[in-house]
Order: sequence, then C-alpha cells, then structure tokens
Amino acid sequence: MITIEFNGKASQVEEKSTVADLLRLAKVESRFCAVELNLEIVPKDKYEAKSLSDGDKIEVVTLVGGG
Amino acid sequence: MPSDSPIPLAVEPPDETLKVGKHVLKSRLIVGTGKYDTLQLMKDSLDASGSDCVTVAVRREKLYDREGKNLLDYIDLSRFTLLPNTAGCYNATDAVRIARLGREILRSLENPGADWVKLEVLGDSKTLLPDPIATLEACKRLVDDGFQVLCYTSDDPIMAVRLKAAGAASVMPAGSPIGSGQGILNPNNLRIILEYLKSEDPSYPVIVDAGVGTASDVSMAFELGADGVLLNTAIAHARYPVAMASAMKHATLAGRLAYQAGRIPRRLYATASSPEEGLITSRPW
Repeated sequence: MITIEFNGKASQVEEKSTVADLLRLAKVESRFCAVELNLEIVPKDKYEAKSLSDGDKIEVVTLVGGG
Repeated sequence: MPSDSPIPLAVEPPDETLKVGKHVLKSRLIVGTGKYDTLQLMKDSLDASGSDCVTVAVRREKLYDREGKNLLDYIDLSRFTLLPNTAGCYNATDAVRIARLGREILRSLENPGADWVKLEVLGDSKTLLPDPIATLEACKRLVDDGFQVLCYTSDDPIMAVRLKAAGAASVMPAGSPIGSGQGILNPNNLRIILEYLKSEDPSYPVIVDAGVGTASDVSMAFELGADGVLLNTAIAHARYPVAMASAMKHATLAGRLAYQAGRIPRRLYATASSPEEGLITSRPW
C-alpha cells in the first residue's frame, strides 16, 4: 500500500493504483469532476494511465452552488 | 407604419443581447447558484429569473457524503451557460489554479462556459472586498492563459480602467459588499466607470456584481447604463426566492428599457403636465 493525500486527507491505496482506480474506489462521478495531481491537472483521457506514487497530493473538485 | 415616418415609433426599442467576449447572452441578468435551501428551489428560481447564464463555484468533491445530488443535476446545460468563479480565493495563484480546474470540468461537460471565468480575489473575509493588486495580477495571468476574464472589483474607476487595460472581457464593479443587500452605494463611481470604460468603446460590457438587495437596485444599475447585473443572495435569501427571481427578471427588463428610452432630466422645480392655456381659475401670484 502507498499513502497519498486525497482531498486533504491521508489515504491508503494499492501500489500502482491509477487515478481512474481511485475515482472508482471513491465512487466519484468523473463527468462532473476535475483532477489535480501535485498541482498539475490530469486530463480525463489520462485517468487510466496515470498511476499514483507514495506521497502524491491529489485533489478532486466539482462544481457547487456559488455566487 | 413606414420606416421613414417622422413620428417616433411608439414601440419598445430593440434590446440587443449582452455580449461579453465571445459569449452572447439573451438575458442581461446573471445569477448565482449558492445559498439556496434546496437544489429544487434553486432550479425553480433560476427558471423564474429568465437568465441564461449562471455562476458556479469550484470545490472539493464530497467523498464521504455521496447522498446529495450534484448541482449539475439541477441545471439544464442546454439552456444555461455556466460561468465558473474563483470565489473564496485570496491570492492570484489560487485564483489561477481554481480557474483552470473550472475550465477542465466545463470542457468535459462541453459547456460553452469553459473559456471564461468570473475572477474574484478577495482581500478580507469580513468585507469580502477584492484585493486590487492580486486581482490585477490574476487577471493578467488568466488573460495570458486564454481566459475571457469577467473581473469582480470594487467601484473604484481607476482600478476598473486598469483591469480593462489588462484585458478583462468585462469589468464587474460591486454595488456594495457581497451579500450585503445594500444596493448601489456609490452611483457616481459607477457613472464614472461607465464613462471611462465606454468612452471610446461603447459596447464594452460593465456588469454590476454584488450588493443587490432588491429589484429596484437592479433597475438602478441598468438605468445608470450598466450592461448586466450579477446577483445571488438577493434571490436565494428572499422570503420567496422564486417570486424574487421573477421580480429581478422584470427589474432587468424595466431598468434596461428605461435606460434606452432615455429618462427626463432632474429639475429643481415642477413643470406642469396640464396646459397653462385656457385656465378659468386664477393664480395666487
């Protein structure tokens, strides 16, 4: 297992997990989301290919009500 | 009636659409999507407002509370252009980061709003007044990155000129602090902003953003010559939000039409509406 920071919280995931694996695990509807890995945006078509490393910081954001 | 009639037509002048950068909006009212008690109430209010553009915020996905539906389940993306905002950012770097994430989401939704952003860089959490230096910096960086920037700012005319010069697609002065409901506190500053930004560029869009409390504030903004109004709390926190949304729609139409119709000048003394001739009564002097 490796430890990543997922939306501000330490989380354990399997080694060689990809961004897509993480989103499936967290039951995130990726259609409404954007993903940032270590301050770099990960394009949607790279979710399956992008693997996570120990210490990575990942942010998954969506749109919410605001003014 | 023939078009060359010397008599002015007694019909409404055509109301051109609101153009901001590459975007053309049918309604001059842009509404926020925050602070509603329920998403259904928000949806009904958006419908009643007549708007075709709504602003949305970018936040962390709630990973441990997947009960609630997504905001986007309640917004008809075929009708509304989304305007992502950088609300809650207190420095230029965060604002640029949030703007890019918003663009990424909108690109995948294939919403036309992917190429623009409502830039908001705050200086203080109590007043929510903009940090002018950080706002200018963020505006420049976002323009360089290809964004059409709709820039929230104070009602300072000099700052408005600076933001336009930095490439903002629209300058959006606050009528009064965000969510304060105080309306347009300094109409003279707004007049100066409109004069400065439009003097050689009449179509440059100036949108009053923030501070609206009720319908007359919206009408006032349009009567002064603003091209658009952006508001949120005045509808979301009204006792009956859907009714207030309808009021805002009508205030938008009334204010814009009054501006186009051309108001009479203010005079110190009265001018009688009934004829002076033919009076059978006598005057006291």
